[in-house]
Amino acid sequence: MTVTLETRDLQKSFGGLKVTRDLSLKVEQGARHALIGPNGAGKTTVINLLTGVLQADSGRILLEGQDITDLAVHKRVLRGLSRTFQINQLYADLTPLETVGLAVSERLGRGGDWWRRMGTRSDVNDEIADILTRFHLFDVMNELTATLPYGKQRLLEIAVAIAAKPRVLLLDEPAAGVPESERHDILAAVSALPRDVTVLLIEHDMDLVFSFADRISVLVNGAMLVEGPPEAVARDPQVKAVYLGEGADA
Amino acid sequence: MSAANDVSTSAKASSRWRVSEVLFWIVVLACPFLFPSRYLIMTDILRLALFTLSLDLILGYAGIVSLGHAAFFGVGAYSAGLLALHGIINEPVLALIVAGLAAMVLGFFTSFLVIRGVDLTRLMVTLGIALLMEALGERFSNITGGTDGLQGIEMQPILGMFAFDMFGKTGFWYCLIVLFLLFLLARRIVHSPFGLSLRAIRNNPLRASAIGIPVNRRLIAIYTLAAFYAGIAGALFTQTTQLASLDVFSFERSADLMLVLVIGGTGYLYGGLIGAVVFKMLQELFQAITPQYWLFWIGLVLVIMVMVGRARIHRWVLWLPNLVIRQIAGRKATVVVPEADAS
Amino acid sequence: MTTVFTILFDGVAYGMLLFVLACGLAVTLGLMNFVNLAHGAFAMTGGYICAVLVNNQGWPFFAALPLAFVTSAAIGAALERTLYQHLYARSHLDQVLFTIGLTFMSVAAVDYIMGSSRIFIKLPSALEGQFDLFGVGIGRYRLMIVVICGLLTLALQLILSRTRFGSRLRAAVDDPRAAIGLGINVPQVFAFTFAFGCGLAGLGGALSAEILGLDPYFPLKFMIYFLIVVTVGGSSSITGPFLASLLLGIGDVAAKYYVPKMGPFVIYTIMIVILIWRPNGLFGRTAAR
Repeated sequence: MTVTLETRDLQKSFGGLKVTRDLSLKVEQGARHALIGPNGAGKTTVINLLTGVLQADSGRILLEGQDITDLAVHKRVLRGLSRTFQINQLYADLTPLETVGLAVSERLGRGGDWWRRMGTRSDVNDEIADILTRFHLFDVMNELTATLPYGKQRLLEIAVAIAAKPRVLLLDEPAAGVPESERHDILAAVSALPRDVTVLLIEHDMDLVFSFADRISVLVNGAMLVEGPPEAVARDPQVKAVYLGEGADA
Repeated sequence: MSAANDVSTSAKASSRWRVSEVLFWIVVLACPFLFPSRYLIMTDILRLALFTLSLDLILGYAGIVSLGHAAFFGVGAYSAGLLALHGIINEPVLALIVAGLAAMVLGFFTSFLVIRGVDLTRLMVTLGIALLMEALGERFSNITGGTDGLQGIEMQPILGMFAFDMFGKTGFWYCLIVLFLLFLLARRIVHSPFGLSLRAIRNNPLRASAIGIPVNRRLIAIYTLAAFYAGIAGALFTQTTQLASLDVFSFERSADLMLVLVIGGTGYLYGGLIGAVVFKMLQELFQAITPQYWLFWIGLVLVIMVMVGRARIHRWVLWLPNLVIRQIAGRKATVVVPEADAS
Repeated sequence: MTTVFTILFDGVAYGMLLFVLACGLAVTLGLMNFVNLAHGAFAMTGGYICAVLVNNQGWPFFAALPLAFVTSAAIGAALERTLYQHLYARSHLDQVLFTIGLTFMSVAAVDYIMGSSRIFIKLPSALEGQFDLFGVGIGRYRLMIVVICGLLTLALQLILSRTRFGSRLRAAVDDPRAAIGLGINVPQVFAFTFAFGCGLAGLGGALSAEILGLDPYFPLKFMIYFLIVVTVGGSSSITGPFLASLLLGIGDVAAKYYVPKMGPFVIYTIMIVILIWRPNGLFGRTAAR
């Protein structure tokens, strides 16, 4: 197996506080990799480092063997590293059509077109239609995002990330806050992601992690504690200690 | 594929011309025939509308608050004035474009300062650039004419055919055509993928870059374009009034501009046009009361607009037209509501 | 050589004055992320109060100074409670529009009441002229400004670092949400700080009439200077704005002396270079969040 996303000795501190310590992570091509850890383990920082919102103090990040450590956020997206957001950061006053349209336009290099109206390029339209249909958003594509049910909004979140045709997708707690009745749609959408997309899932929900992931990394205090297949991680005494010690966090 | 057709139709829907828009322009066209004796003030309104359209592009669409948009207006005004005064370019349309380009160059170079940093830094940088331009104008008063301004500008006929007349009729049509063409261009731009990406950037720059939008490049582009528009507005000012003095750069001009835009509403292109009409009417009213203390009333209008809430005022104003449309057409109101009011 | 020292001294006096004028703005900006472009209007108020008391009522200069402080602070407090406090959660655009509106109103109102020409405050004769110190010309009035503003700065630093209120204020500036969680009454801290900042501006306005000139357009003329102080200095402490003020004061005085024709460009150029180099200010963690 080839490694798609890799970090080498990633370090990050805020003031005197080390939030990421010597993190070396390898995510294999096509993997369903989960990154778990108790609250405050530094999971969000890892996402921000990977996507370029934060700059690492030292260490490198490689995407398909190429160094992306110093690339700007949007350039990483165009290279094939896409993410979803944990808390709702969708555009409330845009429609799903417009939101997905933005991402598709950028990926096809048409985002800077200023002389052409939206909806006049068939390659863009085809792809928007395809994604909206796949994520069950087609019939609500002209509603304002703010008026959609929360479950639909979470689907849109994933749809936007997929619209960038990522080779690696970072899923930041995709099911957080979704009511039980709409959960199924999210889980179905996540498991229906094409196998050639490598997924790194950051999640609190252990049911979701164990039903989905084929490999799990446990992050504690910004450092890697354990990594392995789900069964091994579940049996690991260190992991048990961390999670039992943390109480009902899992 | 029918789904793609649906997508195409829906995506194009927002850029389709609405009945209310067509009506708006018909009313504009009717004005010169309704008020044949008021060409000068109507020309004034058109220039202000174009200048405000320029601010709307960066403030209403890209979310950049500028305290010094007069810098570009002034560069356009002086460029047009100097070109005509020294007979470098005698044909007004060509001179207009060159003046716009001059402002655009300044816009491009200063955009790199503006995109850095947060709102506060932007306020200072935009204000600083306008003050700097004013100080430059003062320093090189042998070229700019200092506080007296450029004297003795004489305009040649437009395209060699239409001479400016003393009633301002030519000037009015000239401004109206320029405004309409630039409005069409702006309308095209805001309904393009580029325009949509600006709205995304205004609402949440971080999210925009996570979608793959090159935020800085887009902001540089729109800021540069807005500078071009402002430069054209300034050049129209000089060409139709044959004046250019240092107050083209003044802070009051930039501040008035913001008032015009928020009166009309940001982020739907017509704000500048409607705001300019209301502003000029307010100006005539207040200047009739206390000509010297006009500044006080502008200030009061600003304070009241913010305290009451811009969105609320616009809802009140739109209540009647929307009611009429609902009664007549029996459907959802189509009068556009300024979208940026929520932010 | 001695002119260098005179310029340095004048620059320091000017800079310290700017600091007293602008430090209230820096703190309120850091605390509430509120952009108050009307800050100069409070300074102007203080200046005019002092002028009326001294010139018309015959008050001694040093008795009028505290009253300039108190009046500006009281007006600040009243406006904060009635108007400003409703705008903290609003967009920066709204804040800018509102405070520009207030500034315009104050300019026109002062113009209406006091006339548009520059006014001077009658100074006690002890403050006039200058004396030589090792050959360096020292203006008496400027010396007084350095002393008063220096003492004020020290007092502010002590209040911030030693008192209970200071530690609350620092906590609130650092992270307002966490501070609320700790039980600090942030709105109250803010209201008090706002009023105090306005008072300082008023005092600064009274002191600066002699040096900067006082007319109804004062708030507009010096808006850019206040903005420079807070953007270059940052708003996470008062040390940043203090150093930025000194830099601005010395730079401005030196530029006006050595290259009088290029006066304002020097300052703006320095400012632009600094912001290219450090977009968040020279000394600040962030200029504003």
